[in-house]
Amino acid sequence: MALDSKVPNGPLASKWTNHKGASKLINPANKRKYKVIVVGSGLAGGAAAATLAELGYKVDCFCYQDSPRRAHSIAAQGGINAAKNYQNDGDSVHRLFYDTIKGGDFRSREANVHRLAEVSTEIIDQCVAQGVPFAREYGGLLDNRSFGGAQVKRTFYARGQTGQQLLIGCYQALEKEIGKGGVTMHPRTEMMDLVVVDGHAKGIVVRDMKTGEISTHAADTVILATGGYGNVFYLSTNAMGCNVMAAFRAHKRGAYFANPCYTQIHPTCIPVSGDYQSKLTLMSESLRNDGRIWVPKSAEDAKAIRDGQKKASDIPEDERDYYLERKYPSFGNLCPRDIASRAAKECCDEGRGIAPTGLGVFLDFKDAINRDGEDAIRARYGNLFQMYEKISGEDPYKQPMMIYPAVHYTMGGLWVDYNLMSNLPGLHVLGEANFSDHGANRLGASALMQGLADGYFVIPSTVAVYLAEQKPGSVTTEHPEFNKAENAVRDRLKSLMDIKGNRSVDSFHRELGLLIWDKCGMARDKEGLEHALKRIPEIRQEFWTNVRIPGSPNGLNSELEKAGRVADFIDFAEVLCHDALNREESCGGHFRSEHQFTDADPEVQDGTTQPGEAKRHDENYQYVAAWEHTEPGTAPILHKEELVFEEVQPSIRSYK
Amino acid sequence: MSFLNLTLKVWRQENSTSSGRIETYEAKEIPTSASFLEMIDIVNERLIKDGEEPIHFDHDCREGICGMCSMTINGIPHSKERGITTCQLHMRKFKDGETIWIEPFRANAFPIIKDLVTDRTAFDRIIASGGYISVRTGSAPDAHAIPIPKADADAAFDAAACIGCGACVAACKNASAMLFVSAKASHLNHLPQGAVEKDQRVLGMVRQMDAEGFGNCTNQYECEAVCPKEISADHIAKLNRDYLAASAREATS
Repeated sequence: MALDSKVPNGPLASKWTNHKGASKLINPANKRKYKVIVVGSGLAGGAAAATLAELGYKVDCFCYQDSPRRAHSIAAQGGINAAKNYQNDGDSVHRLFYDTIKGGDFRSREANVHRLAEVSTEIIDQCVAQGVPFAREYGGLLDNRSFGGAQVKRTFYARGQTGQQLLIGCYQALEKEIGKGGVTMHPRTEMMDLVVVDGHAKGIVVRDMKTGEISTHAADTVILATGGYGNVFYLSTNAMGCNVMAAFRAHKRGAYFANPCYTQIHPTCIPVSGDYQSKLTLMSESLRNDGRIWVPKSAEDAKAIRDGQKKASDIPEDERDYYLERKYPSFGNLCPRDIASRAAKECCDEGRGIAPTGLGVFLDFKDAINRDGEDAIRARYGNLFQMYEKISGEDPYKQPMMIYPAVHYTMGGLWVDYNLMSNLPGLHVLGEANFSDHGANRLGASALMQGLADGYFVIPSTVAVYLAEQKPGSVTTEHPEFNKAENAVRDRLKSLMDIKGNRSVDSFHRELGLLIWDKCGMARDKEGLEHALKRIPEIRQEFWTNVRIPGSPNGLNSELEKAGRVADFIDFAEVLCHDALNREESCGGHFRSEHQFTDADPEVQDGTTQPGEAKRHDENYQYVAAWEHTEPGTAPILHKEELVFEEVQPSIRSYK
Repeated sequence: MSFLNLTLKVWRQENSTSSGRIETYEAKEIPTSASFLEMIDIVNERLIKDGEEPIHFDHDCREGICGMCSMTINGIPHSKERGITTCQLHMRKFKDGETIWIEPFRANAFPIIKDLVTDRTAFDRIIASGGYISVRTGSAPDAHAIPIPKADADAAFDAAACIGCGACVAACKNASAMLFVSAKASHLNHLPQGAVEKDQRVLGMVRQMDAEGFGNCTNQYECEAVCPKEISADHIAKLNRDYLAASAREATS
């Protein structure tokens, strides 16, 4: 099937305006006849549900948490980008567009990214009007900070809790519509499958997590805003419940999964301390505004620190390697995440890691505290320092933090066109769940921007493109496909319960996660990926014969919930590894060890880049890889969307 | 790494209609660097191996921001440590051989679903009754159109830090939700864009709070003591003033 991105014609800067102007409208009296299902209540889903209800559509919104306010968008710390240029430092829509395209290593769709940059400014207006308490200066106007991959200050923030404040704003807008009856909210309800009728997504099967009841819901369109798949690695900064089930179910029903190999490993997380560990904690990228990252120059000093014989303060200034400042002088500690993460891995691979496990580098605030005083640093990062102290038991005002990269965000997701509709008609996908805006690497403070852009400003306009062609209410749950899908869900749950094996669900999740982290993590190669593709079917086989789920399916059963999600992670991991194996280049969050610059390359000799940097192969891989599902164990089918760059000339991504 | 052996006394309850009981479990070889919830994970892993049902508890982000985790530990919601959620509690705070009592957040308005899992949707219904600013998407003026004095913005922020966990209710002998309601009212009422709907907001939220069966405030400040975000009980005084003024205006309009 040919992938049509449906990018509108015309100059880049006027595509979105022209598209909105030319799209069909649905009159207010007719809007209330259309029913929309929104799965997920984070920034993208919550914003979409609230806004569509304001417009008059009848919305049913589902989330697995006990309240829509708890979606994982809440955990974003640092900020949200917008091209407001309130700092008068030369920012513009074009610069935000350019930084995002370059940050994504020239693997995203120009038109989508430009639209994102355009609507970024409206998001800030909207959030302030809702009462989101962004940081302000004494004059009463909004403050900004700087984030990775940018040389302007365009990040709006609310202490270290920007995601929380934006989500609460969005949640309040959603509750307002729930109160008015425009949205019916279904908390503690998990989507188990997508219902496709005559090739169109027309409903979902859900499980009430309190009672175990299975039910079906029909709608004129289904919107998935179910987040990313980072928990395929088991350990990540995602919430424990984050999962790929809804997206993967849609994938099995025909929606293509695009670029799953673009996974973001965040450079500043608290290092792993033991095998009982259930999740990793992110320390906001904003800390890199003032913290300096270093390891000792010598492996001996690093070993002495690991063994507890030396402390950070024992290492004199000239024996420290501030490796980001050394390698990337113009961006320094604020280089993009993929680059900072890989640089940390390299230092640790050289034996210069300083955490007890060998996997850790210092993030040091000594100079900032000497320059600005402890109080100033406390005002900027107080809650983050406190969080670090609680987890590690160490005082970061006195000792540098120890950090290490961890899985954080996934750029890949379900393929969507310019209208955010999947190749499966009627299925729309928003936020982290889609693949569209970040290319191979996402810049800091851009996830919140994309979630809210999709939910508040894009889908309310583009959903009409599809709905205007549909007769409202034409499909109901009486259609036999609903019964069929419901029975399939019941059968699957029964098969899981009936296994009665000897291993817990978590033990399988850990095993899978370790394998994927090892073979498809910060660096990948052909041999490792082929090994993973051999191991995954073995894990699947063992899972489906030896997992133990106690209790009953009728009622709250957290093991059964996890089992369904882990079963899908296992199948999804194969798509991930196939994509990573197929992409014979390095770009952004996808680093293939076989494809890096070496001293032999002319670009290294002329100083454009340096050895060890990611080497793209634009002539062969300047495309979106969209995968069509086949049965587990057989390779998925690749479909390509060629990426066309009209505004920006792809180049070697340099932050030197 | 050092390890602890502990005795757990845990509330187990099959569903909302059955009666519950305290069960005793041994938690063996718990690393001191584990979090409290990771300690429960370790115990649950053993329960599953032994063919028993694991202890059900709410949790999600495990970094103190989503507000989902909700355990009463040795009689105090989120434990005796100040300014944290259950998931931010680490085992290094306990001693080897200690007995730990673990119960759900108890309140009539938070019915138990299973074991330590409670239904806190009453909070959502309170927000739906006025805990918002009525602004349509796309209708907002430029973000700099209304400068807000930093002191007001900071005061609003302090109130907005609430994560809706419900510890305030669980700690209160009256199961009052006044700290939760007042934090939201104070956040929005402090801002010029929120002041417009101030009266409807406080009347709507307080009435819904009463309808949900939360109790009254009798100024004991247990709520403030257990709040993981250390939200001040002063907001309750502000809510009372705003409510009184709104009631008077309503009666005379």
